[in-house]
Amino acid sequence: MSHAASAVGSSLPRVDGAAKVTGAALYVDDLSPPGVLYGRTVRSPYPHATLKGITRDPSFDWEGVTVVTAEDVPGENVIALILDDQPALVPIGGTIRHPTEAVALVCAETKERAEAARRAITLEVEELPGVFSIEDSLAGETLLHGDDNVFKRYEIHQGDVEQALAECDHVIEGVYTTGAQEQMYIEPQGMLAEWHDAETCQITGSLQCPYYVHKALVRLLGLPAEQVIITQAVTGGGFGGKEEYPSMIAAHAALLARRAGRPVKLVYERDEDVAATTKRHPARTKHRLGFNRDGALVAADVDVVIDGGAYATLSQVVLSRAVLHAAGPYRIPHVRIVGRAVATNHPPHGAYRGFGAPQTTFPYERQVQKACALLGRDPFELRRQNMFVLGDTTATGQTLKDSVGSAEVLDAVEARLKLPAPGRTATGEVKRGRGLAFFFHGSGFTGSGEAHLKGRATVAATPEGRFEVRSSSTDIGQGATTIFVQIAASGLGVDPAQVSVAVPSTDNVPDSGPTVASRTCMVVGHVVESAARKLRKQLEAWGQAQGLDLSDLGAVARAHHAQVGEAAATSVYAPPPGIVWDDQTYRGDAYPCYGWAACVVDVAVDVDTYEVTVERCIHAIDVGKAIHPTIVEGQIEGGTLQALGWALWESVAYERGRVLNTRMTNCIIPTSIEAPEIEALIVEVPYPHGPHGAKGVGEIPMDGPAAAVANALEAALGVPLDEVPLLPETLERALRGEAS
Amino acid sequence: MKLVLDVNGQRHEVDASPMARLLDVLREQVRLTGTKEGCGEGECGACSVLIDGRPVNSCLVAAGQAQGCQIRTVEDLAQGDALTDIQHALVELGGTQCGICTPGIAVTATAVLEEEPAPSRERIRALLAGNLCRCTGYQRIVDAIERVVEERRARS
Repeated sequence: MSHAASAVGSSLPRVDGAAKVTGAALYVDDLSPPGVLYGRTVRSPYPHATLKGITRDPSFDWEGVTVVTAEDVPGENVIALILDDQPALVPIGGTIRHPTEAVALVCAETKERAEAARRAITLEVEELPGVFSIEDSLAGETLLHGDDNVFKRYEIHQGDVEQALAECDHVIEGVYTTGAQEQMYIEPQGMLAEWHDAETCQITGSLQCPYYVHKALVRLLGLPAEQVIITQAVTGGGFGGKEEYPSMIAAHAALLARRAGRPVKLVYERDEDVAATTKRHPARTKHRLGFNRDGALVAADVDVVIDGGAYATLSQVVLSRAVLHAAGPYRIPHVRIVGRAVATNHPPHGAYRGFGAPQTTFPYERQVQKACALLGRDPFELRRQNMFVLGDTTATGQTLKDSVGSAEVLDAVEARLKLPAPGRTATGEVKRGRGLAFFFHGSGFTGSGEAHLKGRATVAATPEGRFEVRSSSTDIGQGATTIFVQIAASGLGVDPAQVSVAVPSTDNVPDSGPTVASRTCMVVGHVVESAARKLRKQLEAWGQAQGLDLSDLGAVARAHHAQVGEAAATSVYAPPPGIVWDDQTYRGDAYPCYGWAACVVDVAVDVDTYEVTVERCIHAIDVGKAIHPTIVEGQIEGGTLQALGWALWESVAYERGRVLNTRMTNCIIPTSIEAPEIEALIVEVPYPHGPHGAKGVGEIPMDGPAAAVANALEAALGVPLDEVPLLPETLERALRGEAS
Repeated sequence: MKLVLDVNGQRHEVDASPMARLLDVLREQVRLTGTKEGCGEGECGACSVLIDGRPVNSCLVAAGQAQGCQIRTVEDLAQGDALTDIQHALVELGGTQCGICTPGIAVTATAVLEEEPAPSRERIRALLAGNLCRCTGYQRIVDAIERVVEERRARS
């Protein structure tokens, strides 16, 4: 049908656009039910300590203030995720494992009263020695986890690395460090909790994954699943930062509301959000790359360690993605990758766009660039010589069967370089350089993840003859709602205006899996498409039997509703045939497919101040198929600027586990002035098992630009730059010849 | 104490401290929640409102100071369902994603184009530098404002 043809691949105005530009969209802090109380969190200032007591200042007026401690947890005092090692509130006698760890909660009629009450609570502790770096954690003098501080270890082996390194013409060794990064969504985290009849807990808030919060609260509250309802409010950005931590805030709000018997809103101040919530894992990677005179890469030996922080949380999953991307998009016959996530007394690090891949992409693309320099080879040519193409086999033994856009993205960037730059030109005395990065990113969950998860989505017909998509995939700004409308309209063969997307709420939508891992379009979109087609067939069969005109599916749906009731179809994700993965040996098909990308950055460095201007940034990404080109370009542009920020400006400073720069004034992100004109190029090499050929795009723009920046700065300044962020002082130090 | 505020052409009497943040008074007492809080320290611009036509961060303005001024918030831009050209361009060109910064950007852009109707692309970037966006990379926000400038120029 013509509707269907026009729905996918065109950039209709995003369905939530008008509400957002007029201020009508309601975020959690905009919700104020009658009688709402304001919550605050009492946090530990200590990095590592035994909690001996919690003292309330007797001179404070506690009238109307509700205080909650670990004793008030009705179920298990744990934020259920993977290892279930993190409590909602540290109990007396328990161990405080990082600064900002929550110990007690307060709520009151006003924010001011709640804040005053928070300050009137002090902790008695016995301090313990702390661990504040990857090196100290590996040294193991103070043990925080097990007998070696290692939360998780993964290894990938292929061929004989030692022999290959001994026999090849050249070996380049490097040690690369990348820093923590704050997601800095502009909407701070927050949750609203309300209890209905003291039996059912209703949570509404800023979140990515309603069923993660649901899982955590069922355990914490000791309630049957149906008595916990998690609903997403309009969410002001996530980037991974609202993947796991919302469970903690929801837990706290639920405990306060339960105790107070009134609704409680717990919305973080910016400094609290930056101090306490998860950030990108800092990482240290040792990399040895072996290659021959002819440019062939023959061996990669990679040892990556990420700082997990105080609790296991998602670190093992981040580590998994880090190691699975660590050899890069290159044919390398001999590979050894060892990855470890270690415990420290930092607040837990967690999900951030890219999810481990940026940390290992930076080292390998620096190494490949150093190989280019050593051999005097063109950066594009050396990469083309070694890049994966269709039919190649990766380090885990995965044969690339579909949708390999490696040559296409390199070609797209190189062709674009022939066009004049749209960007600015730095003034003053500067040194200029150009850098390339080439990389890939697995779409969807790692290995057997999608098969275990069995993500579901429903498409239903409404009494009015409209259609509704029900899924737990949240729109956090990335445009999920709009592309689901397009995909469902296409599957149903109706106008997109006839389709809407239900607000994700666990009492109304099936579990589609979390909104993470560049899986929403490719995996859940595929399920939505399947459900839409199923519903259309169902309605057409019924309509035909009734002798109805099938050209108006809405009218058929209306008639069905009037005569039979709701028509709905649910589909479950089934991985494409032939995907095999072994979690024990880490061999097999690591991801259903990959996105491919190439990024070129031109920099100008002021020779006096070492300020860096990004004069040009071209970023080509193979997304399979752009369901909505404007949204896809928006993902590329936004992700690219976050990556440039990580490379050049964004720094998180820790002191004994505590974040020192917790404000937007000192934990800076790029403004419209630093942002270059970003030339986003969509490349489409379709993936046969994605909706209309689509793969993921959310994370891949984050992976490579930092390496492109470092490669460009090395070209400009003539010194190796092997760390992120590359602040002016970092450059100055490198030019003086000092190691970091 | 009682404060009298002129918000979007309407007189509002509210009971608040004159030192209360204008942002809080607008959101909690006038119940206009389109103005957002991102940082509370004048860095992000999500709370931008117009005071006598000039964009300010309402988190840094004491409500008492705004008495006697004309306060304009994002709710006053569109007339019913009719978006302004700036709002329309932001939606159509992809200048809004998560949307939390968008009201502030729409408000700021409205004021700066009144003051300076034909800024260059580079100048648009400078004029919007007080409004942080983490989603878009600013590319499509700048595109949208640039298109509005061109459209207005073509019409005039």
